[in-house]
Formats: sequence, structure tokens, C-alpha cells
Amino acid sequence: MRERERIPSGCAVAGVLSWTGQPVGGETIIRAMRVMHERSNGLGGGFAGYGIYPDFAELYAFHLLYDSLESADDVEAILQKNFVIEHQEAIPFWEHSPITDYPVFIRYFLRPRGSEDEEELVVQTVMTVNARVEGAYVISSGKNMGVFKGVGYPEDIGEFFRLDEYQGYCWIAHGRFPTNSVGWWGGAHPFNLLNFSVVHNGELSSYGINRRYLENFGYFCTLQTDTEVIAYLLDLLLRRHKVPPAMLGAIFASPFWSEIDAMEEPQRSFYKAIRLTYGGALLNGPFSIIVGFEGGMLGLVDRIKLRPMVGGWDKDTFYLASEESAIREIAPHLNEIRALKAGEVMIGTVKEGVYHGQEFAVSRI
Amino acid sequence: MKKIRIHEEYCIGCHLCEITCVVKHSPSGKLIKTFRDTNRPAPRVRVEEEGYVSFALQCRHCDDAPCVENCLTGAMYRDEETGVVLCDEDRCVGCWMCIMSCPFGVAERNAEHTHIGSKCDGCVKKGEVPPCVENCPNEALTYE
Amino acid sequence: MAKSLLFPEFKIERDAKRCIACQVCVRQCANAVHSYEEDDDTLWSEEERCVGCQRCVTLCPTGALEVRRREVGFRENANWEPAFLHRLYKQAETGGIVLASMGCDRPYTIYWDHLLLNASQVTNPSIDPLREPIEIRTFLGRKEASLDVDWENLSLKTKLAPQLELSLPVLFSAMSYGSISYNAFRSIVEAAQEIGTLCNSGEGGLHPDFYSFGEHIIVQVASGRFGVTPEYLGVAKAIEIKIGQGAKPGIGGHLPGEKVSPEISRTRRIPVGSDAISPAPHHDIYSIEDLERLVFAIKEATGYRKPVSVKIAAVHNVAAIASGCVRAGADIVAIDGIRGGTGAAPQVIRDNVGIPIELALAQVDERLRREGIRHRASIVVAGGIRSSSDVIKAIALGADAVYVGTAALLALGCHLCQKCYTGRCNWGIATQDPLLTKRLNPRIGKRRLVNLMRAWALEMKEILGGMGINAIESLRGNREQLRAVGLREEEARLLGVKMAGEGW
Repeated sequence: MRERERIPSGCAVAGVLSWTGQPVGGETIIRAMRVMHERSNGLGGGFAGYGIYPDFAELYAFHLLYDSLESADDVEAILQKNFVIEHQEAIPFWEHSPITDYPVFIRYFLRPRGSEDEEELVVQTVMTVNARVEGAYVISSGKNMGVFKGVGYPEDIGEFFRLDEYQGYCWIAHGRFPTNSVGWWGGAHPFNLLNFSVVHNGELSSYGINRRYLENFGYFCTLQTDTEVIAYLLDLLLRRHKVPPAMLGAIFASPFWSEIDAMEEPQRSFYKAIRLTYGGALLNGPFSIIVGFEGGMLGLVDRIKLRPMVGGWDKDTFYLASEESAIREIAPHLNEIRALKAGEVMIGTVKEGVYHGQEFAVSRI
Repeated sequence: MKKIRIHEEYCIGCHLCEITCVVKHSPSGKLIKTFRDTNRPAPRVRVEEEGYVSFALQCRHCDDAPCVENCLTGAMYRDEETGVVLCDEDRCVGCWMCIMSCPFGVAERNAEHTHIGSKCDGCVKKGEVPPCVENCPNEALTYE
Repeated sequence: MAKSLLFPEFKIERDAKRCIACQVCVRQCANAVHSYEEDDDTLWSEEERCVGCQRCVTLCPTGALEVRRREVGFRENANWEPAFLHRLYKQAETGGIVLASMGCDRPYTIYWDHLLLNASQVTNPSIDPLREPIEIRTFLGRKEASLDVDWENLSLKTKLAPQLELSLPVLFSAMSYGSISYNAFRSIVEAAQEIGTLCNSGEGGLHPDFYSFGEHIIVQVASGRFGVTPEYLGVAKAIEIKIGQGAKPGIGGHLPGEKVSPEISRTRRIPVGSDAISPAPHHDIYSIEDLERLVFAIKEATGYRKPVSVKIAAVHNVAAIASGCVRAGADIVAIDGIRGGTGAAPQVIRDNVGIPIELALAQVDERLRREGIRHRASIVVAGGIRSSSDVIKAIALGADAVYVGTAALLALGCHLCQKCYTGRCNWGIATQDPLLTKRLNPRIGKRRLVNLMRAWALEMKEILGGMGINAIESLRGNREQLRAVGLREEEARLLGVKMAGEGW
């Protein structure tokens, strides 16, 4: 029986997005994370890659973490209720890795049955598996993307999962410094639902209410890390409520009332309504997050800038990281590089087939 | 020039203003000691009451004080700098013209009935607040 | 005539070395306890009439008086405490219902005192309220689940329901003009305006002098419908349907005839000197659908421009009742717990009916969230909120804001003697006697209320900053910031709070 402890998050995040949609190998992001080794303590690391399953691009790729394979039958029964399991296999890993104590990872490629709202179905299925099946967790559930994470330094985790064998148009990564000694593979970052993944450096003082707010809408938190609420909030806001990703800062890191009072209409009524309606989604406490979503990546820091985040770009690629050194490691000649401001969203999206027209939206006025 | 303003709607009829005035003009300036002294000064402010209406009344230090105008000997005079109307007791002969002229009835005879007794003398220096105002428990007297 | 067995409750000690026979005590006691004998310059006290209001003690210029609880001198009996004996003797003599005022004073568990707050350290920095904004601005009213927005122009398409904007999550509770004096009501309404919050008219109607403060007044429609006119509804910022109050769940308001002066008679539209006893239920609300009808009748009458609040007492089934109120269209649900105060209530009801607000709040908030309707109404809680830490704990349990009644009266000078029902309040608060109402100067009253709220606002910001939270919406319902001490597991579970010592 897992202890009901929730582990605060630290301490290193990074992300790489290729504008052109050109594949980037996993070793690039591993190199960025290796530079920030000291920000972690070896108790958690993880990656999310986008565009890594071109052969199964139309199918939902469920990455399952099993404490033991005994629960596999229960999980597969749940999956098969609403999906056809087109293909499944163990996620390959490096046997000679320094990491020795690891659970079982299986990936399933699923086609939905019937014509109902597929995405709702995926969310329900994920919630059901996580809540009902003991010792089994869906750690990613998107199309043509996947999450690889566990207990270890991020570079070791990256090598454990042989990420150098994958190519994707976007990678986000995380290294942890948890302040208690519970090392559980499921608690590492990134957290994911559908195509939304998030890595988080910070601690949510608002977790208690973010979690209860989400329960209102049918999301249940089981993964004992406050970052989980961010993943579900992303699904709620971006998918169900159709908030544009560039405007997430208005909700997660809302402007202060003193700033709103000084605004002109219609912005003033707009921001006031946002705060009144989405108070339960406001993230309080220090955070810097990198969010990966279909076709893009964004970085955001809290409203009083209690955590670091640096962003940089050139004609091909958009970078985000906790430290400039991580970006310089993989892009030494970058000209445009700067720290994010409090409450600022820095976002890049892929233009299909075209690499010019980089999209940046800074949502904090 | 500041004057004491009366807010009779808030006077609670406690008479603490009278008590404070006595102490202020006593030799010791101490409350209990003063009140053990049977020869203690009379209060220079008086609470007027009828039914539930009450208010503390002291000399208004009128700009055109009738008592000054009518004083036979010039004992009643107005200090132009402070605006306070005072009585030079050495000159007072006890004719009581001031008592008869005062529209507010704030002047009184002293105990021996020889000359004017208690009348508000604007007891504080510039920048201070009179004790009757300071100690009114319900701010029924203000100094403005 | 048989001798009364009622014993004096208070003992008056006059220090002869300090008494100067100034007679302030004689003049200030509305119960004529003190008297002065001219011939021998002595002061005397009739202790039987003393109610322990401490007025004479406070005003005595030499501090010569001490008023203490009188020791009864009966043999010790843990079952028959003096309070029970006193009331029983009174009933044997009068055959009547024993009245009481203010809130339940029994030693039931005060859950606020068993809840502790968090602070952030190391992993999460605390925020400095001196140097960073800490936002406690609160909006009460129905909220949307999502918004329809023109994202290009950042322009809002959804029309928001009417909201009450408060500068801090505290309002002044319903205390009718009648139960309290004109000066007390004026102090409260002017303070509400200066602070940026609202007060509540209670069921006494609204005196025309206060119409200009309408933006800061919630008017009540209670079972007696006293003073309810189109103008009354028109000037107010919000309307509250009072179903019940924490001090006396299940019965209506009570203003004894002693307090119905000509002014009160005019404001409430009842005869001078008659008891104003509100009926127990609203006689047009016998079930939840009737409430919905009244809620919407009021909304129609006010053009849907004002939030409608429903005030209920905290009873056993409060969660289901609150849910019903929300579904009946209430924009705000106000819940009053057993510690809630009153001007007059049967003592037996005040002390035995209802449940503590902490438990009621925790259950209501959880129930509304589970039903997915928590956003449809704001929750305001009342009943013995004593300090800024109680306010913070209430918000953490799930409230949007709190009402304070007793705390406000204490700021005005109340000493909790619990004799409001006599109409002889020595502090000028719970009386209509013009001799006594003079004693509350609204200038002073307003100043003290503003000071109190300012102090609480500063304290709340200190607490929030220490928790690492800079916006109150992140504390609302955030029970992770609370831990229980000295409670049974059952109680902690009902509150939805972990025990102190448990981590995240």
C-alpha cells in the first residue's frame, strides 16, 4: 500500500522544439540535462518525446508502468472495453545501465472502438486504470508521443530507455530533487494526459484546491506529485475549454488585481472574469513549467518569478531550460536567449512543412 | 484658533469633564488626593441635563464677549493672542455684571461670593488638548 | 409574596481608598445598581440588579470598582452548575421561557482551536507581505464553469452574474436596527463603506437615513417580512432570504416590545411596544421548490441585477439543504453555526440546537464539489468567528468569506453580558433608549470597526505570505494547508483535514 505522501518537485527542466518539424534525436536533450546534473539528486528523471512513433501515428500510445505484471490482465481488460490493442510490446531498455531496480514498462498502441468522443474516452480510461488497478499506472496516453521516466539521474534514465534510438520534433525533460526518500518511478516527471505533457520545477501551495477543483470535472489525482494537477488542468483548459495555449499564463499566473484595475476595457473585464472563474486553477507557489502539446512547446513561470527559466531560439529550433548553460551545451552559437519574465508564456509551434514564421506569443501584458 | 465644540448628541452625562477640570486646576494635579481635599477648586465646566439630553458647557470665549464689554473695572479681558477670555481677579469687585451679561450662564460667583470664581480659562498651552476634551469618554467635546 | 430564590450573579467591590464619590457609576448604570446618599456622601450598590456589563468599572476614573462573578456558595455539583440552577429557579417563579442573548456559551469543542496552519520553507519560499502583493480581494456571487471568449481581442462574451466585491473576505453579519441601536447600525454601515465590504440589515427593515449606503448593504427578507418594500429591495446591493440563524435554528427572530420605539415601529411597520416575533418558517416556503419561487420572484423584482443570498442555520442535514439552496438559484449560501449571536432567543434553543460551523462548512463545501455545483454559489459562514486566524481557517476549509456579528459588537464596546433582550444595554448598542444610545458615538464606533478589519487584513496577509500563497483563491478550499491537533480521527475526517505530523 503506497504511503499517502506527496512529493514536492525540483529542480531541472529543459525542452527542445524543432520549428521545421525535423527530427531531433533523444541524445540532444540528454546532453542538455547532463549539464544540469547538480540540480537533481538522482531520485527522478524523465523525458517526453513527440513524433517518436511515426509508424503508429494514428494510434494512441499508452505507456504503462507496472509494479508487477500481475495487474496486466486487469489493465488490458479495461483497455479492451473501448479500444482495440493493435500492437503491444515491452519498452526496450539497456540491461547494462547502472539503474538496477526497475518496474515493468509496456506500451500499447490503441485504436478506439466506436465513434464517441475519442479523447474523452482516453481520459476516462486513464483515470479508471490509475484509480482502480493496484500497481498499474498510465504514464502517457497521447498519439505519436510517449513519456519515459523513473528513479535515477535524468541522463541515466535517458540512457536506460535508449532514447538515442528515437527521433522526435519535440522533447521535454526533467530532473528531480525530492525532499524525502520515497523513490517511486511513477512519481517522476513528465506528467501527461493525451498529448499534453508537463515538467515542473516548483511546489504548488495551491495543490489542495487545484486537486479539488479538478475533481469537480472528473479528474482524480493518484500519482502523489503536485505536478499531476498541472497535467489535468492542461487537459481541462486546452482541450475542453478551448483556451489557446498562449493564454495559459492568464489563468496559471494571473495578473495582480492592481494591474487589472489599471487596464483598459475590454481587457479589464476579461481578466477579472478569468480570475473569478478560474480561481481554482490559479497555480500558487513557485513554479517554472515546460508544456509539450501537439505541434508545440511552451514555457511559463509563476507570477512573482520564484524559479528560473531561460528561453532561446534560432531559425530551426526553440529551446527552454532552467539554466542557460543547458541551452548553450546543445546550441553554443545562439544569439537570441533570455530569461522569462514573471507570468510570461514563451511558446513555439511547428509550421507544417515550413520553417519560417516562428510563432512567439508573450501573453503577460 | 481652536475652540471646544460641543456634540450634545453624544454626551453621556457622566460628568467626567467636571472631574478632570477640577484636577487640572488643583495644586497637586492628582485625582484622588484632590478629591480628598474639601477645598478643592470648583469645576469650570458644567454639565447641563434635562431628560436624556445633556451636554458640557464652558465659557465660549466669544469674539465679542458681552462680559468683557460690560465689566466695570476691566477685570474681564480677552487675550488677543490666544483668543481666551480671562478674569484678572485682583481687579474684580464682585459686581456680577458679567454673570448677568453672559448669554450662556457660564460665569459663577466664587465660594465666598467676593468675586468671580470658576470660569473656563483655556487651561492649556498651544498644541495641547484641554483635559475636558481629552478625557471625554465619548468624544462629545472636540477641540477644533 | 414568596421570596425570589434568584441569587445575584455579580459581586461589586468598591475600594474605599480610591472612591472619590464622583457618581459616574451612579449615572452610568442603566440598571440603577449604584446610588449616592447625599447626607453622608456615600456610595451604595444593589448587586441583585447587576448584569456584569463592566460599564461602571470602565468609566470609574480612579479604578475603584471591581465587578466579579459572585460565588454561589452551593455545595459543588458537577451536574447542577449554577447556570442551570439560576434558570430553573427563574422558571419556577415565572413559568416562562428563559431568554438569552448573544451566542451559545457552552464549552462545546471549538474546532478552530484544533486546526493549525502551514508555512512554506526551503522547498517553497514564503512570500513577504511587506514587499509583495498578497491579494485578499473577494467576489461573492454565482461563477461560471467556463467562459466564452473572443481570444483575438481578449474580450469577454459571457455575461457574468452580478458579484459583490469585497476588499477582504469579511462582511458584517445581520443585526437588525431594533436589536441594535441607530448609532450602532450607523457605525457598522459607515465602517463597511470605508473598508470596502458590506453589512446586513437583518430583519428590521432599513431606516431611510441609510438608503445612501445601499451599495454596502445586503437587505434581509426574513419570515416576518419586516420593512420589505420595493424601495428596500431597490437600494440594496444584494438581498438575503433568511431561512434560519445559528443562534436559534427552527424559530424566528424576536424583538421584545421594550425595544420597539416609535422609530423602530416606523421602520418595521409594526405597533409601538409590541413584540416583533417572526414566524418560525416563512409561511410561503414549506419546501425547496417554494424557496426557488421566492428566489426568482426577488430576482425578477430586481431585474436580475443583484445577487440573492439564502441564509440557513447549521443543522444536521446542512449539506443537503445547502445543495438544495444552490439548485434553487441562490447566488450565495450563508451558513450560521451554533455559536452565532442573537438579540434575543430562548436560552434552551440557543445552547442546544444547531452544530458548529466548522463541521457544517467542511461538509457543505465537499458535498457541493462532489455534485459539481460548488461554483454556482459562494459560501459565507458565520457563528463565532473571533480572529483573523479563524477567517483563514474558514477559507481553507472552503468558505468564500465570513460574516462577523459578535466580533463587530465587541469592537463597538460590547462586554458580552448577554442581556441584550432587556433593552438596557449600557454600551448603547442593543438598546433603543435615547439616554443609552447616546453612549455609542458613531464616529468612534466606525473608527474601531475600521481598525479591527484593518488589523485582520494585515494579519491575514502575514499568514498567507507565510504559506507561500499570494492570492486568496489559492487558499479557498485548500485543506492541505490545515492540520488537526487533539481531534479524533472521525472529526478530522469530517473536516477533510489530515492530522498534524502527516506530510503531503
